Amino acid sequence: MQKSIDVYAYLRHEKKFPLIWCAGCGNGIILGSIIRAVDGLGLDKNLVSMVSGIGCSGRTSTYVDFNTLHTTHGRALAFATGVKFGRPELTTLVVMGDGDCLSIGGNHFIHAARRNIDMTAFIFNNNIYGMTGGQVSPTTPEGMIASTASYGNREPNFDACKLAVAAGASFVARGTTYEADSLDEIIALAIQNKGFSVVEVMTPCPTIYGRYNRLGNAVKMLRMQLEDTVTVEEAAGMSPEELKDKVVTGVFHDAPRPELCEEYELVIETALKK
Amino acid sequence: MEAKLLMGNEACCEGALAVGVDFFGGYPITPSNEIGEIMSRRLPKVGGRFIQMEDEIGSMACIVGASIAGRKTMTATSGPGFSLMQENLGFAAMAEAPCVIVNVMRGGPSTGMPTLPSQGDVQQARWGTHGDHPIIALTPSTVREVFDLTVTSVNFAEKYRTPVVLLMDEVIGHLREKVVLPQKESVEVVNRAKPTCPPEWYRPFEDNKSGVPLMAPFGEGYRYHVTGLTHDEMGFPTTKKDEVDALNQRLHRKIRQGFEEIMIHESFLMEDATTAIVTYGCVVRSAKTAVLEMRQEGKKVGLIKLTTLWPFPRIAFENLSDQVEEIFVPEMNMGQLYREVVRVNHGKRVVRKISKVDGEMISPEDIMRAIKREGGSGAKVY
Repeated sequence: MQKSIDVYAYLRHEKKFPLIWCAGCGNGIILGSIIRAVDGLGLDKNLVSMVSGIGCSGRTSTYVDFNTLHTTHGRALAFATGVKFGRPELTTLVVMGDGDCLSIGGNHFIHAARRNIDMTAFIFNNNIYGMTGGQVSPTTPEGMIASTASYGNREPNFDACKLAVAAGASFVARGTTYEADSLDEIIALAIQNKGFSVVEVMTPCPTIYGRYNRLGNAVKMLRMQLEDTVTVEEAAGMSPEELKDKVVTGVFHDAPRPELCEEYELVIETALKK
Repeated sequence: MEAKLLMGNEACCEGALAVGVDFFGGYPITPSNEIGEIMSRRLPKVGGRFIQMEDEIGSMACIVGASIAGRKTMTATSGPGFSLMQENLGFAAMAEAPCVIVNVMRGGPSTGMPTLPSQGDVQQARWGTHGDHPIIALTPSTVREVFDLTVTSVNFAEKYRTPVVLLMDEVIGHLREKVVLPQKESVEVVNRAKPTCPPEWYRPFEDNKSGVPLMAPFGEGYRYHVTGLTHDEMGFPTTKKDEVDALNQRLHRKIRQGFEEIMIHESFLMEDATTAIVTYGCVVRSAKTAVLEMRQEGKKVGLIKLTTLWPFPRIAFENLSDQVEEIFVPEMNMGQLYREVVRVNHGKRVVRKISKVDGEMISPEDIMRAIKREGGSGAKVY
């Protein structure tokens, strides 16, 4: 894919910078990837809508020069369903955090996947509730420390990608902020899928998650993403023991199927005959 | 137009379609179900869209999203669903997204009595969502009025860029009456004011004389930001006190400036009345009968019908004659609007509530007995 360097053409300048995110946060890398993917696909900014939830990731929509809607906690997909179903010509990008999407927004997530409505759902997964100070999230791995799991988290965590596949998403992939180049490509594929696409991105939170768990600074946490990650192709040849504690990246699922807005055209056709 | 036998919930759909509602998102709940069912059948025939969401939280979010994308949107629910909608109803108030929420009130608290009527959500319609927001709530008492007020609700939503609650009770929702609906061409249709300036000049939440900013739908060249956070006139989050205050003041001012138009109420045989019955919804029907019967007995009773509940139509009491010594407020709750009536009468006259919370409609006899202080019915006078 051709790389664009004109990221600034997609950002809002007036009053919006510096970013709200902490130094070392990975969210800006994901934002860069999204912009490069949108640019690479040559999408018209007027026809791109970004809908976000609440949390660190929720602020993403503030910075980009699209039609942006910053909603309530967990509800981004339900708002986005209204935007997309109300105006299907909009390319709809939905930005959520791990707690946002998988905890409070879990019901909306599985139903958006089931409907296969054409939008790309991004899960910025930093394994913790960052904005509120570091509470345990549904993706905090077992044994890790959070402000509401001071003695170590004893709840199993979700695999968001497996959940998305099971619920019916037609494109499911995972990337990391370390591998920004391949993230650009994954996001471009996800947006191109005519249906519900899920891109989970592992993003480091050195300020909160890293500090609670003594994972080192931002650079060290990014390196850990490299060390702990295997591609879906590599994972195919590994045993479950070898895969324990590894994060698998790549495209897990790419199986187009009928999309909601298109299917509704059939509803209209049938209704008009009756 | 020919006369039709219509249910309140059906008339609601007819009104919605006549005024141009073209998007409905909802979730099943008794006793509002007919509204979603009919809209699912009718909307695809007229270029509209229907979606059944996963819950009422999603329903409310979805109609706000669609509203921002340029649709005229509506949902319908009842008490438990209305509770779930409060979160994003507040968002709609803050983001100034026009939309209509129909609440066909059933018995509560909690899951209460799904098939029996009440008027228990009156204060929830006012204060159900957090924060100091304005709201408009209207309530019909006949099937024809359901049609008219659905039209008015949508028009108010569009004009003032606000969520509007249409509070029906189960009696009115399921009541069948012979009605003659107006020709579609004679229905007043208000559409939100859109910007016509070049996109780079557009300030999406800029104040003006009306206090209602121009609203650009997503996808028409005006790229801007919408948030539930307190925002400046460009739509971006702010905590600067001048900007925060300006937004909060404007949200209230835009509704306040419309009070004259919004506070709908009617008087019935009030000219010489010394006793007034003040009520709304299905109870208006019983109150009218009570007024007529008591007049036959020589008692000077009149009726003030409150069509708008929020903002509370204090205008209805401002020019009330000093002759009126006593006011009775029959309600199918423990006195939710009674307190408002007390408040706006400033101690000038005795205000008594007639409460009935047994799942049955207040009858004319309940009202008459209460006014005569005879007691012995489900309706208690306090």
